[in-house]
Amino acid sequence: MKRYLAIRVAVMPLLLFGIASIVFVVSRLTPADPLVSIVGERNLTNPQIVAAARARWGLNDSVPVQYAKYMKNLVKGDLGTSFTTRRPVLHDLLDRLPATLELTFVALLIGVVFGVGLGVLAARNRNRLIDHVARFVALIGSSLPAFWAGLLVLYIFYARLGWLPGPGRIDPRSVAPGHITGFYTVDSLLHGDWSMFVQSVKHLILPASVLGWGVVGIVTRLVRASLLDEFSMEYVRVARAMGLRERTVVNTHALRNALLPTITIVGFLFAFLLTGAVLTETVFSWPGVGSYAVEASRKLDYPAIIGVTILGGFAFLITNLITDIAYAVADPRIRLS
Amino acid sequence: MTAIAVPAARIRRRRPAWLRGPSLIGLISLGVWALVAVTIPLWTPNDPLAPVAGRLLGPSVKHWMGTDALGRDVLTRTLWGARISIPVAVTVIISAVLIGTIIGAAAGFLGGWVDAVLMRLVDITMAFPPILLAMAITASLGPGIRNALIAMVLVWWPIYARLLRAQVVAVRQREYIDSAVAIGASRWLILRRYVLPMSYTPVLVNATMDFGQVVLLTASLSFIGLGARPPSPEWGAMITEGATNFYQWWIAASPGIAILLVVLACNFVGDALRDSFDVKEVTR
Repeated sequence: MKRYLAIRVAVMPLLLFGIASIVFVVSRLTPADPLVSIVGERNLTNPQIVAAARARWGLNDSVPVQYAKYMKNLVKGDLGTSFTTRRPVLHDLLDRLPATLELTFVALLIGVVFGVGLGVLAARNRNRLIDHVARFVALIGSSLPAFWAGLLVLYIFYARLGWLPGPGRIDPRSVAPGHITGFYTVDSLLHGDWSMFVQSVKHLILPASVLGWGVVGIVTRLVRASLLDEFSMEYVRVARAMGLRERTVVNTHALRNALLPTITIVGFLFAFLLTGAVLTETVFSWPGVGSYAVEASRKLDYPAIIGVTILGGFAFLITNLITDIAYAVADPRIRLS
Repeated sequence: MTAIAVPAARIRRRRPAWLRGPSLIGLISLGVWALVAVTIPLWTPNDPLAPVAGRLLGPSVKHWMGTDALGRDVLTRTLWGARISIPVAVTVIISAVLIGTIIGAAAGFLGGWVDAVLMRLVDITMAFPPILLAMAITASLGPGIRNALIAMVLVWWPIYARLLRAQVVAVRQREYIDSAVAIGASRWLILRRYVLPMSYTPVLVNATMDFGQVVLLTASLSFIGLGARPPSPEWGAMITEGATNFYQWWIAASPGIAILLVVLACNFVGDALRDSFDVKEVTR
């Protein structure tokens, strides 16, 4: 197992290289001239501006030279400069990453808690009405377009009922808590600003629920199936025969073993949610990496698009690796093989 | 031990899981959507692209789901949207399955360095979050439904390549393949007649389940502004228009429900198929 993990880690730079190359190829597919998005359509007729822009963004070089430069910069952690914000893409991404991570963590929490709850409910009432309802609710989560669900809950809970705040991480007139971790909930607590904490939690509820609902279905199906497997085991029959309450049998005996597969897919769920954040952030004007990606593709800001795509690929690689490690940690049989 | 008496005829006549319950409902509703997509020009009273009434009217007897910012009938546009989403999803799935089959079969059957190179390509493509890669490709090719379709095919084929390769590698070990080699059958014949038919089930089951996901991704790309553009009645694009008229909830309601119904139907059918054929799901 150790050897397997070592190989996995050793292969990562190669995969990263592959990822970066594919992204470079993709960015060269473009029939549209990136100059349009750099200087704007009006300035395209001005040869001086065009020439200056070509020189500045290195568009005069041949494609192999551009590729070599791009790779060299990438190794140094330089993802280029955004056409629209005129800042290094890496800085833009790092600024926006905490917002996305905070949203994703809360969504993961919601997804796992509700998924396990529904899964237990479904398994304990197998083939009865509650089972069908629980599974249906979970399935709807995986069938809903997240951007539409976002609009729907905003309309109901913000516009109609006024129970929860609208889009954004904080109210429009509030000032963000001083930057420590970039997680507003954590930062506000560290500053001792209780009302700020409440505000940022309220702003998280709707987007995180919409995002998290997307994985409830996956978790529910998994927990239900593995709990049913456990129910057929001898030790559960023994526990029941000994006259233990059903609640004890399920919660302290069967569920512990049934949760193992769920723990091992948390990494996968996290990656899934990071992807889903692209759409959720757009609807909720959440200033994270996802909405950055959407703005970048709308404005054809290639360095930014490339940067986000590389970051996404990187995040996927890391989560896959963590998932493998989680398997090994959770199951001694794998660890020792 | 005595066998439990169950009339054999009854067991035999029981329909497979994917022709019962939720799956049957899913199949029927997909059939209805396909029928709507094909026949709507024949029976709709309204033009999906032209104003038919006042702007932003709420649901009424005449316009069941109201009218949008240009006075177009929302229900008509939603039903018309099936003519975009369904053919796009069918094209994406079929193209991705074809490419995946060719590459997966080549990798699994030829083995060696062909296998190594093709599978690394699959690994790297699957290392990306699908929506981000699709966004990057569409943005590079230029926004539009045709380029969104190309992007989705490029993002989707690796699943099928990987699935098919795994099956081909397993089937190739079987003895009847050795027999076929022994009687002097050509490699092409062996692949076509003996290997592929035995390897196809997981690909087909996954393709069914993926249909809904492709509908969802098409709508997502359009919602972002990379797929179909207004005035197209594509569902994602309609939801974008609904978002700009946030307080007129009915504009976004119908296309959203349409997506939900199609994707839910695919999930019902896919779940049952997976259970029937005992196939592992590959999430993209």
